[in-house]
Amino acid sequence: MQQEEKDILILAIESSCDETAASVVRNGREILSNVIASQIDLHTLYGGVVPEIASRKHIEKINQVIGQAVSQAGVTLRDVDAIAVTYGPGLVGALLVGVSAAKALAFALDKPLVGVHHIEGHICANYLQYPDLEPPFMSLVVSGGHSHLVIVRDYGEYEAIGRTRDDAAGEAFDKVARAIGLGYPGGPKIDKLVAKEGNPDAIAFPRASVGGSVYDFSFSGLKSAVLNYLNEYSMKGIEVNRADVAASFQKAVTDVLVAHGIQGAKDYGFHKLALAGGVASNTALRKAMKEACEREGIEFYYPAPILCTDNAAMIGSAGYYEFQKGVRSGWDLNAVPNLKLGER
Amino acid sequence: MKILAIDSSGLVATVALLEDEDLIAEYTVHYKKTHSQTLLPMLDQIKSMTELDLKTVDAIAVASGPGSFTGLRIGSATAKGLAQGLNKPVIEVPTLEGLAWQMYGCSALICPLMDARRDQVYTGIYAFVPARQSDDKTEKKAAPGDGVSQDYEMKCLMEGTCCLLPQVVRKLNEMGEAVVLLGDGAQVYREKLKETLTVPYTFAPAHRRLQSAAAVGALALRYAAQGKMVSCYEHKPEYFRLSQAERERQEALHHGT
Repeated sequence: MQQEEKDILILAIESSCDETAASVVRNGREILSNVIASQIDLHTLYGGVVPEIASRKHIEKINQVIGQAVSQAGVTLRDVDAIAVTYGPGLVGALLVGVSAAKALAFALDKPLVGVHHIEGHICANYLQYPDLEPPFMSLVVSGGHSHLVIVRDYGEYEAIGRTRDDAAGEAFDKVARAIGLGYPGGPKIDKLVAKEGNPDAIAFPRASVGGSVYDFSFSGLKSAVLNYLNEYSMKGIEVNRADVAASFQKAVTDVLVAHGIQGAKDYGFHKLALAGGVASNTALRKAMKEACEREGIEFYYPAPILCTDNAAMIGSAGYYEFQKGVRSGWDLNAVPNLKLGER
Repeated sequence: MKILAIDSSGLVATVALLEDEDLIAEYTVHYKKTHSQTLLPMLDQIKSMTELDLKTVDAIAVASGPGSFTGLRIGSATAKGLAQGLNKPVIEVPTLEGLAWQMYGCSALICPLMDARRDQVYTGIYAFVPARQSDDKTEKKAAPGDGVSQDYEMKCLMEGTCCLLPQVVRKLNEMGEAVVLLGDGAQVYREKLKETLTVPYTFAPAHRRLQSAAAVGALALRYAAQGKMVSCYEHKPEYFRLSQAERERQEALHHGT
């Protein structure tokens, strides 16, 4: 008689920036719960994430969020097979709340602990969205803190071939949004304003290429160009068309992201490209990348917005594959704010 | 009642296991490794050395602040995670009280001083006062068995606060009584204290100077008896201080900018 394989339940915890999140994921692919307590309103007052405030909020919310994730999944803490937690990269104080809580929980419940890389989680969000997606593929990870072009060789095996030299793509969005008075968070606000009214070809902002790796990014030059443009017009006393600035800036960012993503996939011979990270929910980027992939005969994958933003379900998926590979973290697991992808 | 106690609010990482009046184990390390790397391995050591079945633990006691913001959160997140996993309550022990409790029964005033940087200290002033004395007050010659059992309560004479060092020195000088100084702040500001105090003072010896989870646990037992327990959901650290961003924002609002 064929024995059915036992389901593996992962309880995942994520607190690397300004979302306190917990989730229960079955077999790395099926979301049983995905609880996210966002602090965005709190940080809006300060025009960006304040690390100390984020950490203080995490410690208040972490157990509620874990409790909700478990109860919404219809399981108990005893039912989970392992606990996965983001241990880097991110804000150290914020990471420490999730890491310390996850460790104590695993210790109390006598469960295995699996430390997960945040970017790996973002990539794995695609496994949750597409149950049939399997490595290898090329992934472009773009968020407020990260811009990476990554070869996903196998589950848990990554090679970053491109990264940003300065600002992350999302960071540039935030800074430009602030400069044109849209406030925080910049990405969604620019996306909204542009979708409505801006002309993406109104202003020719630079598309930076950097020496060294052809897949690397640089967004600080573009950001400065936008700031200079705004400054110049304000000196002349001419009012700028904010929507045109936003649209043209966004076009410059997406052009570069799409070009590098497609180039990487072609050079390495991948027929699958998966978008990931907070900026992956940007409408213009999705559209441009989809069109480019269609032109090149590349299959294009992108997670639903709820899985693009920081969440714990993606950590649960990544944690599952690490768990299956036998990865276990010790009780001395620490938060590593600048953890590199592929390192432990 | 079995209590696991944790204090990572300052320079030391310290964990202890207590059962009623007994201290079963205490592990305290004052070394450069970060608390997040040491705290749980220390607890794991205690667990294996004392063959502790975690399910038999009745409550988790934690030094609830003030202290280093990050240190407090490592301790709190650990306590909360343990409490949630074991489905047991948290007993919040204010860090300054946990420090002062180490001097139980002392007739001098107790003044814990924690370095809060920016020339400030987290501090309070405490005294041990007789809680109840045995009823028999008739004059007798002291004979074996005539000793009077004495239980003390810790009275707070100055609420825990964050202030400049001279402020607490002035308060101590006004009170005019002998005082025991402890905490890392007593060490950091040793010379300044020597120069400015006008009352008799002493610095607590090494084994009583910094945080001790055994003291946190012993005081927690009293709190538990008074029903002072919270759930893992309710517990959060008391920082005694806003974040820098909040402080600056309040100042800006205050000055109408």
